[in-house]
Amino acid sequence: MTPTSAFADDTHWDHPHPRRGFFTDTSICIGCKACEVACKEWNRNPVDSDYEILGSSYDNTGGLGADTWRHVAFIEQTQDRIEEARESGRALVNLGMPRVGPPQAASTPAAGGCACGSAAPADDAAGSGCACAGPSSATTAPAAGGCGSTGGCGCSSGGAGGASAGTGEDGSPVLDTPDFRWLMSSDVCKHCTHAGCLDVCPTGALFRTEFGTVVVQEDICNGCGTCVAGCPFGVIERRDDGLVEPKTQRGAAPMPDTVKVPQDGIAQKCTLCYDRMKEDQTPACAQACPTTSIKYGERETMLESAQQRVAQLHEQGRTEARLYGANPKDGVGGTGSIFLLLDEPEVYGLPPDPRVPTADLPRMYKRAGMAVAGMLALGVAAFAAGDRA
Amino acid sequence: MANADCIVIQGSNMAECHPVGFQWVAEAKARGAKVIHVDPRFTRTSAVADKHLPIRAGSDIVLLGALINYVLSNDLWFHEYVVSYTNAATLISEDFEDAEDLNGLFSGYDPESGSYHLGSWAYQTEDDGSGHEGAEEHAKGHEQRAKAGGQQFGSGGAPVGTGTPKRDKTLQHPRTVFQILKRHFSRYTPEMVRETCGISEEDFAYLARSVTENSGRDRTTCFAYAVGWTQHTLGAQFIRTASILQLLLGNMGRPGGGIMALRGHATIQGSTDIPTLFNLLPGYLPMPSVTAQTLDDYVDGIRTTNQKGYWANARSYAVNLLKSWWGDAATAENDYAYDYIPRINGAHGTYQTLMAMLKDQVEGYFLLGQNPAVGSANGRLQRMGMSHLKWLVVRDLNMIESATWWKDGPEIASGELRTEDIDTEVFFMPAATHVEKSGSFTQTQRLVQWRHQAVTPPGDAQSELEFFHELGKRIRARVADSDDPRDRPLQDLTWDYPLTEEGEPDAEAVLAEINGRFLTGPDADKPLSSYTQMKDDGSTAGGCWIYTGIYADGVNRAAMRVPGQVQDEIASEWAWAWPANRRILYNRASADPQGKPWSERKKLVWWDEENHTWTGKDNPDFPLDREPGSHPDPQQGGPDALAGDDPFIMQADGKGWLFSPKGMLDGPLPTHYEPQESPVDNPLYTQQQSPTRVMFPREDNLSAPSGEAPGTDVYPFMFTTYRLTEHHTAGGMSRWLPYLSELQPEMFCEISPELAELKGLEPYGWATIVSPRSAIEVKVLVTDRMTPLTVGGKTIHQIGLPYHWGAGSDAVVSGDGANDLLGITLDPNVQIQNFKTGSCDIRPGRRPRGAQRDELVREYQQRANLTIMTGMERITDPERELNDDPLRARDSGDVAGRSTAYTAGTATTDQGEDK
Repeated sequence: MTPTSAFADDTHWDHPHPRRGFFTDTSICIGCKACEVACKEWNRNPVDSDYEILGSSYDNTGGLGADTWRHVAFIEQTQDRIEEARESGRALVNLGMPRVGPPQAASTPAAGGCACGSAAPADDAAGSGCACAGPSSATTAPAAGGCGSTGGCGCSSGGAGGASAGTGEDGSPVLDTPDFRWLMSSDVCKHCTHAGCLDVCPTGALFRTEFGTVVVQEDICNGCGTCVAGCPFGVIERRDDGLVEPKTQRGAAPMPDTVKVPQDGIAQKCTLCYDRMKEDQTPACAQACPTTSIKYGERETMLESAQQRVAQLHEQGRTEARLYGANPKDGVGGTGSIFLLLDEPEVYGLPPDPRVPTADLPRMYKRAGMAVAGMLALGVAAFAAGDRA
Repeated sequence: MANADCIVIQGSNMAECHPVGFQWVAEAKARGAKVIHVDPRFTRTSAVADKHLPIRAGSDIVLLGALINYVLSNDLWFHEYVVSYTNAATLISEDFEDAEDLNGLFSGYDPESGSYHLGSWAYQTEDDGSGHEGAEEHAKGHEQRAKAGGQQFGSGGAPVGTGTPKRDKTLQHPRTVFQILKRHFSRYTPEMVRETCGISEEDFAYLARSVTENSGRDRTTCFAYAVGWTQHTLGAQFIRTASILQLLLGNMGRPGGGIMALRGHATIQGSTDIPTLFNLLPGYLPMPSVTAQTLDDYVDGIRTTNQKGYWANARSYAVNLLKSWWGDAATAENDYAYDYIPRINGAHGTYQTLMAMLKDQVEGYFLLGQNPAVGSANGRLQRMGMSHLKWLVVRDLNMIESATWWKDGPEIASGELRTEDIDTEVFFMPAATHVEKSGSFTQTQRLVQWRHQAVTPPGDAQSELEFFHELGKRIRARVADSDDPRDRPLQDLTWDYPLTEEGEPDAEAVLAEINGRFLTGPDADKPLSSYTQMKDDGSTAGGCWIYTGIYADGVNRAAMRVPGQVQDEIASEWAWAWPANRRILYNRASADPQGKPWSERKKLVWWDEENHTWTGKDNPDFPLDREPGSHPDPQQGGPDALAGDDPFIMQADGKGWLFSPKGMLDGPLPTHYEPQESPVDNPLYTQQQSPTRVMFPREDNLSAPSGEAPGTDVYPFMFTTYRLTEHHTAGGMSRWLPYLSELQPEMFCEISPELAELKGLEPYGWATIVSPRSAIEVKVLVTDRMTPLTVGGKTIHQIGLPYHWGAGSDAVVSGDGANDLLGITLDPNVQIQNFKTGSCDIRPGRRPRGAQRDELVREYQQRANLTIMTGMERITDPERELNDDPLRARDSGDVAGRSTAYTAGTATTDQGEDK
């Protein structure tokens, strides 16, 4: 069963378009925030700031919300934390999975080799769609060499010691900067397989598009806010204030700070640029990303590149790399937006084990149903017993 | 860059300041390249690099010099490349004496003018062996400095005088460049790096190993720099040091090699090619000086007819420019209207103009996309200077601080200036943005890219083209009936651009004029296709010789947009690169002396024996039919004189210069001097700072003492200024935009946890930073990304300061300007200001308001016993006793201007007296 068909079955979504999504590779993010700005420009979202330093490294917009649909987090870490991250990432791979990494690698097919992030309970990790399942599995690739990319490589690899992941004398990877790092990661709506917001929306304002994404219909939303509590990632919010236009409109009088914003009072979140997608265009954030840290395309392709990338990083000794949202068995059934992280999700402000609030509904209904049936049976039995009596 | 195997980014924060160009670094990294970032701070570039090496700002020559020493002493240089393609084998005059032998000064130093006579740096020639022959042509350094002479070699090297240079290909002769180089850099050791730059020996070894292992036949290393190298008192020499290293490693003219100069704005490269600089004409033709009375004088001063290569034809380039500007009025009889061009008689750079303003010698000033009140060194002096003008035109997108200082600047707040006392009339002219006009951008790689107008500008906003076309029209109408000869240049100017439907001059017509055309003959009026077609007899005209070919066959080649995916990796059909759509300069060096590629992996151009021509992926940068082994008579001059192994076709001898016999004004070899303000003594010489730096000793431009001098402890910390991704330079394009302002809303400093503890600074609280020029307040970012360094036995704390904010009332976000802290000291080669190092103190809390701010600055000055002479000595070796009068900075500095030093309490009186 392909992930897409599983997705269609799970979500009762039936459409000829393949599911689309993002792959955000935080290992090559340079924190330029072009995604944040491009998103606001395209969607005409209000600013989200009191114009004061927030006190969080270079991050001054704080997090995702009604006005900020892409958000870049900045995390400064010292050596201890880096080692922990490297260890925890390695542990994800070591959970009974074929080893990813230098010499001792086995040649077994990496059917379930997984670095899916801790969102994936270990025993569920072997499902399809897990990391490292790509044909160019890390286990068969050379441990070192000049060329680790999957495409666009015009050079022959090898030569004198030029590989970015050099190997030590014992073959173990030598990392060049062990003592400090500055993580940057662009967060966005996850467009979940089991979308809490969509499940709980009482008006049907939230819907699943033909591309498998989840979008708010502004003319239907009544601003009840139920979805806000329904999202396990804290993504969706109601828009209540903000300023849309630049203060100085050139050639016009300055605008007052209290310009009414569009969609005031209703729930807002990333649409994965539904309007652009319909025109076969790339979402604004991915279009603006200078280093291709944000990739956009069919979700299956995204998943495949994500798996290849995580394998490549492990090969280079960067065992801290793991995927987030790639596991269809997680609490939201996997997400449309996949992330490659370099530490535990909590470090980036992401829930380690997101769970859609409606996930328990079938079981609850089942138990309630059993209870009702039991009561009925008891009642019948009572009548029967009474008759005898 | 994508082809590099190792990329060293130094003097640049590329990921933050050039995020779009950084895609090529990301690409190289994806292909397996190693990326090393050398910078005082751990930045967003460091975050994605393999390794970050923290360095003390201003010590780069020591690090790069040690790499040179490492390469030479471990025999890691690229022998065949160096012997054949560089001037390593060339013999230098017996009169040359190295700074190593003269304790910090090269031979030829003239204490009178604070500059060098370049004669003793010359090549020995076959003809007389002395090297003296060229001496006459070796203009005196101070004249060159006054013209920012070093900048004039943007398209071709300096002439080196007549005669064939002597060479010793065994490199054994003690006067060979190679041996001089070896001796010169022998003290640049890993220990020196540790003691001077604060970089450990292990980290140095890592860098040295990475660079050398990734250089050679099969592999190439690339350097990238930006203003972190240029904006120092010896910035040009930083780049020279890297050039020497790259030549020794054979990394020039090859794919994935070179030194990438990252330019700061969309077309800052274009604005030096077709310049907005006082000392240059289009195509790097020097601005004539008053001493060049005729066209022949001028041309003879910029080239020699018997030098090798294409610069020998400089006369053609000059005549074509004159024909392009003055058309039929430029004739052989009137020297092609050479007299219409203004002459310079000294330095007229932005800072000299500022000094003239302060002396009331400048009436009017145009500011075009420039915000000196925030973006130039010593912001207070900039604003005071503008208050002396009669009129000021500010053309910008927004009402920037340079347009509003007269009502809301810091000097209004302090009471030093009063709006009602300022006579300057300020005109604000709204400007069109880049999407509101068509034209071209020339980027870092010399790629000229066309952009089309997307929307029409709002309101009265105009493009530069429309504004200046209209201004020219009006001025020409004013002088149309004049018979004053001085109006002839205006009357005769070709100013007949066709208009578009909207009534704007057609930008493509300007491009065609720049490209040039035949004026006579069978092809009359047809566009030129190459600068080699340019004649010096008036039969062709072209506005900028290096751009010729951009409009070949009447096609706007800058507008070519064939996607990269459907082209080979050279992508020659995406836009157009000057010269001749060549993507890698001097690419003859990508093949060995026999014309074969150095390796299959790094193949670019090669000699095709069968067809007897140079060919390859890129457009060969060499006479196509010149056989690799040919040795034409060098004395015939010009391109014909280039030997088959002279890849550096714009250099007078066809070789890459490890040693510059001419062209650099502060030394033929780079050598380390401390910045104008430094916490340590120069570890190499008693000569503390560059003896040729350009200084402005004034009461309002004081310097802190350096090293062990008394008073250094008053300003114990170093600061360095820089940009952030979220803002654009002085903020004119970003601080008015809420979407960008919210991303970095407030002025801040970056300091280490150690410094925060030392000074009791709270994270994200306020601090005040005091320099000898000003005091500013900033929010405090305490971060492990800043590291204290141990240098010369001292702990050095560096404070990082973005410079985007300025004091005003119109922007979405404003704040104190970092550049107010800086003094004005310039590099002698190009007159660029030092922005990257300064001394200061930092203390908790906000700065005092009003006049008390100046009191605080003065209190510090007094405590450090600062005088106008502090740090202004040219020669700091007491044994030399040459320091009779440091204020004798005739051609550079300026002391006669009215002082605008802080005189708190009496500020208004001072103003009154001046009026």
